[in-house]
Formats: sequence, structure tokens, C-alpha cells
Amino acid sequence: MIDLTEFGIRETPLIELTRLSPTGVRIFAKCEWHLPTGSVKDRVAAAMVAAAETRGLLRPGDRLIEPSSGNTGIALARIARMRGYRLAVVVPDNVSAERIELLEAFGAEVRFSPGAEGSNGAVTLAERLARDEGHLMLHQYENPANPEVHAATTGPEIVTQLAAMGIDRADVFVACLGTGGTLTGVGAHLKEVWPDLKVIAAEPPAGETIAGLRSLAEGYIPPVFDPAVVDRKLLVRLRPSIETTRLLLDAEGLFVGPSSGAAVYAALRIAGDLPPGSVLVTVLPDAGWKYLSTGIYTGSLDLAEEKAVGSTLW
Amino acid sequence: MSTVKIQLPTVLRQHAGGAKTVEATGDTVGEVFADLARRYPALAAQLAPDGDLGVFVNVFVDDEDIRYLDGLDTPVRDDAEITILPAVAGGAR
Repeated sequence: MIDLTEFGIRETPLIELTRLSPTGVRIFAKCEWHLPTGSVKDRVAAAMVAAAETRGLLRPGDRLIEPSSGNTGIALARIARMRGYRLAVVVPDNVSAERIELLEAFGAEVRFSPGAEGSNGAVTLAERLARDEGHLMLHQYENPANPEVHAATTGPEIVTQLAAMGIDRADVFVACLGTGGTLTGVGAHLKEVWPDLKVIAAEPPAGETIAGLRSLAEGYIPPVFDPAVVDRKLLVRLRPSIETTRLLLDAEGLFVGPSSGAAVYAALRIAGDLPPGSVLVTVLPDAGWKYLSTGIYTGSLDLAEEKAVGSTLW
Repeated sequence: MSTVKIQLPTVLRQHAGGAKTVEATGDTVGEVFADLARRYPALAAQLAPDGDLGVFVNVFVDDEDIRYLDGLDTPVRDDAEITILPAVAGGAR
């Protein structure tokens, strides 16, 4: 069992979305913004650093580099500072100002990749800098510690927390697909506990807007993502993500980021077809603070959507 | 025979004369791709290089990924929307 308490990481609340759940179906959400830097990535960052230390790959003063549009970089920056490592984070140059400010506040050096190349561009640049400048790249897309920490902490927390509410099973787990760590780790653990559980992935339309992609052969499937764990994958577009993010604020009083909106949009779409008595669990990866400058919470939806296309929203 | 609308990602539009969307007919995704192959052979070659769905291609029928349905045998209704996206690293990182 991985113990992350020395990194200040403890169980996050599992709350019921009582106002949004359709009649007869109970939807529970894991509130990951309760972690120290406000996102699910605190788990991943701590686990990757702990694993590298255990393997003798890191010594105080060592340099780390990681491509990240925000959450992982911020989480890693905190852990690196706690442990005495230096960290450079490669972000697409169109990420929000809050994120750059946060990365620098936590002590990271920020390096920029072309925004038009999206996450792929950040990954490529980070790999090159790691090679040329001798940084250690923990690589959340490839690091087995990423799904493992979810199988060891997030998944068991869900089981324990449901049990404490007198619920002895979940039928469906829905999560956003980023690195695939949450889906793979939590999904595998919950299926071990409840073999009939279905795992649903909510996929952002990321590839649509990446102008820098020259051919399909430049595509990328994160090695940490295990498609065998997933039963269904839904494409969740920007507009319903933003609409549901606002709905969570209006109906449940939850100020979350757009990936939470996407997860809950997929959850609601699935919940509508579930038999009465079903239990669905999802993960809300972060809060809304880092997305304020994107304009997704107030004002015109059309404008928010237009602004979000071509930027790295989630 | 169903007529469907296919949304193409930026990276594939060059193989369809720059079009963002194209129409094609067929009762499964595979049949739709075969119809596309007659007009846009280069596009079809990218989508299903060896008769199988390309590794870095995600195909959604009405927003459901066909890899988790019946792949190229996934049925399509009349007026269905097929969205094609390249597989890239995405999500809240």
C-alpha cells in the first residue's frame, strides 16, 4: 500500500450529486480539489517522485522536467520543493496566466512549447530538453506509478467511502481521459472489487484543434492507458463540457474545472440509461480557479466555446 | 443504406480536398469507409491502412468510440454523425 501522508495527501471527500442525479440513480463524485495543490495530480506527482526515489533515480539537487498544461506541473513543483529537487515544466504557450503564475509560485521554471501543437508539442520539447540538458523526466503518460497510485489510493477510498454510507457496490465508473491514469488505475481496482462494474471514458476532442499535427502517424496513445479496462468511450465536446461545468455550479454549488464538467456530462448521459438503484461514481479532477480567465463560468456560451477552441482548456 | 455525415480533423482534410465534412453511405462504419475510398482513396488509406482501423485514429459514431462497440462492423443509422479524431495526448494534465 502506497502511503502518501508524508506528502500531505489524504483521502478526498466523496459527495453525492443529489440534485443532478436522475430519479433512482445515485451519482457520487470524488472531490479531488481537496488535495494540497487543488487537483488529482497531487496523487500522481507524489507517487512518481516516491517511486523514483525508491529506485535510486533521484538525489537532492537533481533536476526534473515534465510536460504539463498545469495540474501535474503544479503538483510536481510542490513535491520537488518539499524534497529539494529543481523542476522545469514545459507548457503550451496558450495556457492560462493563472497556471504559469502558480507554477512559478511553487518554484518551477516554466518553458514554453508552441500552443498550436497542444500537449504533443509539450511532450516532444520536454523529451528533447531532458536529453540535451540532463533532466530526469518522470513522464506521467508512461510512468506506471500514475495508474498504480489510483489503484492503491483513489479506488480503495471510493470503496471504503461508499461502504461507510451503507452502499456495497458501484455499477459504473466514469472518468475523463487525459493520461489514462485515473481510468486505468481506479477502473482496474473497482473491477477487482465489483467484477460487473462498467468503466466509461470521457474523451476531450483534443485532436480536432491541433494544427501542428502533420499526419496521423504522429499520434500518441499514452502507455499508462489500458484500453482493456474501459467498456465504453464517449466523445465529450467543448460546449457540453462548459454547460455542465456551469450546471454543477448552479445546481450543486460546485466550482469545478471543465474536465469535471465533461466527466459529469458523460455520467449524466450514462445515468439516463441505467436501471433504478444503480450507483455511478465519477472523479472531479480540479476546481475552477485555474480557468477563471477562460470565461467559461459567466457570459456568453458561444464566446466561451469560441475562446476555448484552439486553447488548452483541459 | 444509411447516409451519414463525417467530420474530419484538420490533419485529414488535405485528403478530402480541404473539406471539413463529407457525406458517404453504408450500413456499417466499414461500408462508409469503403464508399469514401472510391472518392478519397488517400483518406481511406489513412483511416484503415490494412483494412483495420488505424492505431492513431479514433472514430466516433454519434460520439461513441467504435473501438468499444463493434469496430468497423459498428452499424450506422441514417443521418448518423461520424467524428474522426487523431489519437493525441489529451485531458487535464
